[in-house]
Amino acid sequence: MQRQDAVFRALADPSRRAIYERLSRGEAPVKALVAGSGISQPAVSQHLAKLREAGLVSERREGRHAYYRAEPDAVMPLLDWLAHYQAFWPERVERLKTLLKEMDE
Amino acid sequence: MNGTATQTLRFTWDLPFAAAKVWRGLTDSKLLARWLMENDMSPEPGNRFQFRRPPEPWWNGVVDCEVRELEPRRRLRYSWSTEIRGSRLDTVVTWTLTPLADGGTRLELEHSGFPAEGPFAGGAKAGWERMVAALGDVLKEEL
Repeated sequence: MQRQDAVFRALADPSRRAIYERLSRGEAPVKALVAGSGISQPAVSQHLAKLREAGLVSERREGRHAYYRAEPDAVMPLLDWLAHYQAFWPERVERLKTLLKEMDE
Repeated sequence: MNGTATQTLRFTWDLPFAAAKVWRGLTDSKLLARWLMENDMSPEPGNRFQFRRPPEPWWNGVVDCEVRELEPRRRLRYSWSTEIRGSRLDTVVTWTLTPLADGGTRLELEHSGFPAEGPFAGGAKAGWERMVAALGDVLKEEL
């Protein structure tokens, strides 16, 4: 149950929920999250850390840049189906795109 | 089905890949495992297969599927059924591929059969906000 608790706690904060919701619509760097949120960068970074701890968000590094994306599998037990798959399919198709691109190279 | 109203999710992506390539991604078991989930799919009408994820305490990680329609490089439809915590999901996933003028492919996904009833139902767009608001209410009580 510890992990479910972490997920609950992470989503208890409205700013964190907003960040998670934004990321469930697509991957974004910290800058974009700060711009859209109205809160400071250190606060956004702290929220991202909590979301990552709970397994709700993952980080991808490209050189010096970090990109964040929602991990919809983490909230599977807490969601209604529709909301879960709303985030699930775009995230999966991003992986498909990456895979098809690798097939070119 | 018992006649209750259902909801459908729809997505569209324009991909810079030929339809044949996208089709492979949707129907080749090894490729599918890399972007979707481990599976034993075989792209034949009527084929019964499963997608599998490592099990969690609340879910065995299995999605049961059956190929309902298959038109190579154009349309793929399969049922998508699973159960979490006693809550059953019986839906249908339909992929449609349309070639684009620039050589790419328009990929459409329709995922239908979601129940429209229950505490968190309320339409594809309202679903997320309502769920998050409901979660917030639960959390206020718990924390």
